Amino acid sequence: MISLTINGKAHNVDVEPDTPLLWAIRENVGLTGTKYGCGVAQCGSCTVHVDGVAMRSCVTPVSSVAGKKITTIEGLAENGVLTKVQQAWIANEVPQCGYCQSGMIMAVAALLKDKPKPTDADINDAITNICRCGTFQQVRAAIHAAANA
Amino acid sequence: MTETRGIDRRSFLVSVAAAGGALTLGFGVHPSQAEAGAPELTAWIVIARDDTVTIRVARSEMGQGTLTALPMLVAEELACDWSKVRTEFPRPDENLRRNRVWGDFSTGGSRSIRNSQEPLRKAGATAREMLIAAAAAQWNVPASECSAFNSVITHGPSGRTLRYGEVAEAAAKVTPPKDVRLKDASAWRLIGKPTGRIEVPDKVVGKPIYGIDVRLPGMLYAAIAQCPVFKGTLKSVDESKLSGRRGVHNVVRLKDAVAVVADRWWQAKTALDALAIEWDAGEGGEVSSASIREFLLGGLAATTAGVGRAQGKLAEGFARSARRVEADYAVPFLAHATLEPQNCTAHVTGDRAEIWVPTQNGEAAMASAAHALGIPTQNVIVHKTMLGGGFGRRGVTQDFIPPAVLIAREVGAPVKVLWSREEDTGHDYYRPVAMARMAAGLDASGMPAAWHVRMTGNSIWSTLMPVAARGGVDRQFQEGFLADMPYDIPNYLADYAIRNTHVPVGFWRCVNHTQNCFFKESFVDEMAHAAGIDPLTYRRRLIGTHRNANKFLGVLNAAAERAGWGTPLPPGTFRGIALNEAYSTFVAAVAEITLAADGTVRMPRIVVALDPGTVVIRSPPRCRPRARSCSASPRRSMARSPSRTAGSSSRTSTTTACCGSPRCRRSRPC
Ligand code: FES
Ligand code: FES
Repeated sequence: MISLTINGKAHNVDVEPDTPLLWAIRENVGLTGTKYGCGVAQCGSCTVHVDGVAMRSCVTPVSSVAGKKITTIEGLAENGVLTKVQQAWIANEVPQCGYCQSGMIMAVAALLKDKPKPTDADINDAITNICRCGTFQQVRAAIHAAANA
Repeated sequence: MTETRGIDRRSFLVSVAAAGGALTLGFGVHPSQAEAGAPELTAWIVIARDDTVTIRVARSEMGQGTLTALPMLVAEELACDWSKVRTEFPRPDENLRRNRVWGDFSTGGSRSIRNSQEPLRKAGATAREMLIAAAAAQWNVPASECSAFNSVITHGPSGRTLRYGEVAEAAAKVTPPKDVRLKDASAWRLIGKPTGRIEVPDKVVGKPIYGIDVRLPGMLYAAIAQCPVFKGTLKSVDESKLSGRRGVHNVVRLKDAVAVVADRWWQAKTALDALAIEWDAGEGGEVSSASIREFLLGGLAATTAGVGRAQGKLAEGFARSARRVEADYAVPFLAHATLEPQNCTAHVTGDRAEIWVPTQNGEAAMASAAHALGIPTQNVIVHKTMLGGGFGRRGVTQDFIPPAVLIAREVGAPVKVLWSREEDTGHDYYRPVAMARMAAGLDASGMPAAWHVRMTGNSIWSTLMPVAARGGVDRQFQEGFLADMPYDIPNYLADYAIRNTHVPVGFWRCVNHTQNCFFKESFVDEMAHAAGIDPLTYRRRLIGTHRNANKFLGVLNAAAERAGWGTPLPPGTFRGIALNEAYSTFVAAVAEITLAADGTVRMPRIVVALDPGTVVIRSPPRCRPRARSCSASPRRSMARSPSRTAGSSSRTSTTTACCGSPRCRRSRPC
């Protein structure tokens, strides 16, 4: 049993210690907003926050995050109020199929905490998530919108 | 619509909500569920007492906006309050039972909007007239004195009103009018106005709406390995390494695949990796990229080929021309790489099956499951989920369904079969490999008097549906070079020597246009270059008096103007222009690229002008997002920069497209 704190709630998950956090979140805890896209830290669709830092959960062993504070897309909004990033995502209609967007939003939320007014170069550096539908322009516009909201 | 067999929908929803912890809504297979017993006005429209209008959507939603656009077509004519509209995917088995009342479920070929205008707008108008008739009967006044607006019917002379919800039940019994008049486009209040896509809010909070998110009581997970050589088969599996592994239930042997079923997917995947599997590669074992290339080069040189378009006298045209321009082009197989890997959840009990699947064609999914199991089609219930990308991968080819139902039958419990990214990429129905050999004869003015377009490569139709490529002609492979070409060349031949490899091929967003536009427009630049004429001017001349000259010139000039065509560029930066028509959408693009000393190509800017006809959903950003979407492969980075995200390697977030450079003849999108 490994104890995980996800979105402020404690969960005991019964998995091998080297199981990627992604699968524990999706299957043991049942929060499926965090997505599997590649499994090898390439696409970013599995991004969650661990103690406030964006991490690709598909290559993060569960044992390495025991006792740390994990936030998933489901836990981003507080008391049902969407964050600025999520609101900007709706206003700019960023998602197409939407599959990459949980990870995209988590990565952006972490970026804005670090750099409240990121430049285009900051965005290029930090947001390396893949969107197969090609929403990159909308993502950039929405990041600036969220930063200026 | 609510009746299900196997796992009933209610207990499914409850279990999902419970399992989901923080989830407040049930699994969003149906974004909403028409209130049980609420009256159905037409097959498309259910109106509840509280005025909620449920509009059924036959086509799949994969980010292209059908879930919003198709209901809009209905709601526009229905004159209902858009904020009260809910949507629902009707089930394919229901469609079958009701004589295909919802028509075709297949979602592809950019057809959903084009083919739905008439039936959906008529359905809305029909229901509106029925509501008005019911209200008029209640008031005992002529229907002609009544009007409908925003879900309210008003009797003009007396000012009395009734809400849709109040008369829906009576309206459902009214005989539908035979002929209804549709609104004039100038009177549209909804179509083309910014409203926001219905499903977007769910997509920013991680709602479980995709196939991969399905969770059923007692569900197991399966990981699958398919023969690494196409058309090869399974020889043997050594399970001994699996003894004592936690959570592992079964090893399922299929003709060309092995699956491990376990309590959790990661257990299944790691167990699968530990298996010793022997494959029989079969005939494809000897094929290599080099042998495929040779095979296709043979197609370029072949003396016979299917003719897609011919006009004038080619030989005479060449004989009269002042100079000859030639070029060969090649593109490789491309995997669709939907970001949601292929998956299907299945539960098979006796001669019945229930599946949950992200599919572009619910009816094909139903048929595929029935065929694989050898059971009647109507015994299969298909629940369509949202798709994490489609791009044609999940349409005609439903290859992810037979393994899922066969595994589920063997296991006897609900199973979610999920392909790993590697397995998905390695077992796609790829965009076809293709080559084009161009030859043109330019006249004294530098314009083509003769043009021969020889194509070769894997034909989708001749492999998936041979009747569609009768006589060795597959027009889809040649699209862009046929009647849809922007240029009328006096002496012209477009022919295609089909060369099918053992690699499975399938449809792809915009299918062959994605490569043919690259071939065609690159070669137009070769001709312009040879003639010493500016590529924009050259295209304007080539368009000449084409029947769609207005449309082509419209987008071409718009793109050129906005891009500042002809203005000076910094050293190392280049501009390219291209023009195409695909499925009645006219498009021109000007790309700016930089070429670094080390050969790295970047595209800092692309200007796209698009004439798609009527725009149904108007998005907040200026341009429809799909116009600059993923038709090109995203696999090449434009910018490489160290990532700051923990655990990531370097990757880019820049959009990609062919670089558009006049000299570019890369064998794949740059
Ligand atoms: S699934 Fe983790 S980065 Fe792709
Ligand atoms: S919106 Fe489809 S992958 Fe990004």
